[in-house]
Amino acid sequence: MSVQHVAEGISPFLKELIEDTPKGERIMHCLQCGSCGGSCPNSADMDHTPRKLFAMIMANQRNEVLAANTQWCCVSCYLCTTRCPQEIPITDLMYALKRMAIAEGKSGGTNAPALAKTFTDLVDRYGRSYELGIAGLYHLLNRPVAMAKMGPMGLSMFAKGRMAILPTKIDKIDQLQAIINKARELSK
Amino acid sequence: MKYAYYPGCSMECNAAAYELSTQAVAKSLDFELVELEDWNCCGATEYFSQDELTASAVVARNLALVAPEMDQLVAPCAACYCNLAKVDKMMGEDAEMNGKINTALKAGGLAYEAGRVKIRYLLDVIYRDFGEEGVKAKMQQSLEGLRIAPYYGCQAVRPIKREDDTEYPMQMDELFSWLGAEVVDFPVKAHCCGGHMTQISEPQAFEMIRRILQSAVDYKADMILCMCPMCQLNLDGYQSRVSSYADKEFNMPIIYFTQMLGLAFGLNPKDLGFGKELVPALPTIEAKLK
Ligand code: SF4
Ligand code: SF4
Repeated sequence: MSVQHVAEGISPFLKELIEDTPKGERIMHCLQCGSCGGSCPNSADMDHTPRKLFAMIMANQRNEVLAANTQWCCVSCYLCTTRCPQEIPITDLMYALKRMAIAEGKSGGTNAPALAKTFTDLVDRYGRSYELGIAGLYHLLNRPVAMAKMGPMGLSMFAKGRMAILPTKIDKIDQLQAIINKARELSK
Repeated sequence: MKYAYYPGCSMECNAAAYELSTQAVAKSLDFELVELEDWNCCGATEYFSQDELTASAVVARNLALVAPEMDQLVAPCAACYCNLAKVDKMMGEDAEMNGKINTALKAGGLAYEAGRVKIRYLLDVIYRDFGEEGVKAKMQQSLEGLRIAPYYGCQAVRPIKREDDTEYPMQMDELFSWLGAEVVDFPVKAHCCGGHMTQISEPQAFEMIRRILQSAVDYKADMILCMCPMCQLNLDGYQSRVSSYADKEFNMPIIYFTQMLGLAFGLNPKDLGFGKELVPALPTIEAKLK
């Protein structure tokens, strides 16, 4: 089904989401079966399960959906996606909701957007990423208290030579940045 | 055998043990991993939460760097594999995105034709290209006596269905059965380790890690073998914090499957990066191995 095909008579928010998600139009086939929420390792912590979120999207509840923590609880494990009987790209829809929430400054009460921004900036600058999983820079910048708490683990990782201060820089960073700038221009 | 190789950022430092043991095992099996020149980060999950097209173009630069005479690209990290394979597939299916990504690549003097390169994860290469015969031929030391829990994590087996099951993969199970180890029927083998959730919500992340460690304890595994730097970091690096969180003393060694494979091939533990894990694995291995 093409985007044009479903564009008539549907919630504007749904239309917006479909346009921002590869194969997003599959969401139109949601059966509300709940298999996604039942599979999700984090559904217990979500404001709304993916199934409920999709119903809210159909009902055009844009603000409520973008303010929810649901998309930020998603760790991209793809279990819901491979299980969905309707082949709805649920994980990719979660990614799209994250992007739309970020664009509106909504974070569902988490620091995930700040984390994504820190990470993306590093890649843009160096071409490689910092060991985000071990915190460090991100925590220093954003959560100094949490950084202090993880002290011992950070120290052991240092002692084992598993933690770097900064990422290495690729040689052709100019080439990567030219690609990035062009892509940003096209995605506007 | 020659494969183009995309190590990914973790292999440089945090997962040095995976890199060392990968190279050592490749040498034993007599295949060559030719590192992509000047590769860049795969974008992890974070870049895709910011900007889909730019993230895809960042990933595609790596695909474009694969030398023309090479047609297979191997990634040891599950997250890198997932992003590389997903972008390649998306470019093949979505003409508009393909066009935009190639326009962006062109700004850097590059181009990529979707489907030109077959993207694979390391376990699959060893399992399928060398198989039982190839692997057994290199065995110097049986792994009899060891009970291992094979842990695949999520992004190598999902969302792209290739050669193994998306929920109950078996390649690692079989590989280590060939080598004499006792492989436990690990129910959480393809569950998620939590990824970067440790940086967002510790209680959520620690609960995900706890479930995996507890399952390995319940199944009386001596250790967990993994195939992704993120999984190893979460299960090993955070294990002491998870112990405090769960009020239970976990002492479960977490090593890369290539390290164990190297031991079976008779290689020196030092050359396989043993000792970099925070929960020491060698004492358990020495005590259990027959
Ligand atoms: S599993 Fe698929 S069809 Fe079922 S509720 Fe979730 S998205 Fe809808
Ligand atoms: S991909 Fe996200 S929403 Fe789907 S099961 Fe995994 S964590 Fe839950």
